[in-house]
Amino acid sequence: MSDKNKNWPLWEVFIRSRQGLGHKHVGSLHAADAEMAIGNARDVYTRRQEGVSIWVVPADKIIASAPEDSDALFDPANDKIYRHPTFYVLPDEVNHM
Amino acid sequence: MNNSQLKNALLRLGDDALILGQRLAEWCGHAPALEEDIALTNISLDLIGQTQSYLSLAGSLFEEGIKSDDELAFLRSGREFQNLLLVEQPNGDFGDTIVRQFLFDAFALLRAEHIAQQSFNPEAAGIAAKAVKEIRYHFDHSSKWMVRLGDGTPESHSRVQKSLNDLWKFTGEMFISDEIDRSGLESGLLPNLEELKKEWDVKIDDILSKATLVRPEDGFMQTGGRKGIHTEAFGFMLAEMQILPRTHPGASW
Repeated sequence: MSDKNKNWPLWEVFIRSRQGLGHKHVGSLHAADAEMAIGNARDVYTRRQEGVSIWVVPADKIIASAPEDSDALFDPANDKIYRHPTFYVLPDEVNHM
Repeated sequence: MNNSQLKNALLRLGDDALILGQRLAEWCGHAPALEEDIALTNISLDLIGQTQSYLSLAGSLFEEGIKSDDELAFLRSGREFQNLLLVEQPNGDFGDTIVRQFLFDAFALLRAEHIAQQSFNPEAAGIAAKAVKEIRYHFDHSSKWMVRLGDGTPESHSRVQKSLNDLWKFTGEMFISDEIDRSGLESGLLPNLEELKKEWDVKIDDILSKATLVRPEDGFMQTGGRKGIHTEAFGFMLAEMQILPRTHPGASW
């Protein structure tokens, strides 16, 4: 094993909480394989009943937007207030909007 | 099963969990990886939780008056502990710890599954039902490590095989029946250890073959834990575990 491989690969961990609707990123950890990543995620991130479901993703499989592109990607949405559905009155029966 | 036999059966359940829990706690801050550090200490805390339940129940059966779980854990002397010799063995290297855990988890799981189903003592059944879920995870954790280490590199393979060979002499004690086991079997509280051994063999052989490890021959088996006769390292472990409550009786935080 070469020196640069001495650490186990990095995994990103997503947990769905009891109340939550979707899996939420909670952190990362090291593990030798996917099975071990699930086990480690269970031990590190769900000790206090934080979740009922776990996703783990190899960190190097995540494609991230580049910080230097953020002006072009996100700023144009700044002045498009009409895209927000805040001009409608929601009936009380509609949850989770 | 009379009161005294029931009390001793519960003390054994509590002591097995307490002593292994204490051993695993010694890994805190020392495990090979942060994730594994947390895994081992989680298991330790599960075991200490089981201890609290079993020892509290045992403590209610003392004729001279109720004893608390803390009294039983921290104020008994070495000869009064009835845990298996296997669980008091020093942590050694990570492989030694995993083998010790694996051999015990398979046994503890089968035992807890039986206790969870019996109706002689519903309180013990309740404790065991909760413990089964925990031990199932412990067994899964230790089994996977057995396979990783056994079927890993030549070094991990030879080291974990050596751990297995070294600890094998402590496995026989799990299946020896004495008066307490026999009365427990009659009442239904405790499993038939001969039958349990067969199921244990299947679990162990399955994982050892996946781990490409050789099951050691059954040779001389070390015993004594159930009678309070312990191995050398036990006294040192107990001294460290008990020093605070013995030095500052009634201390709290």
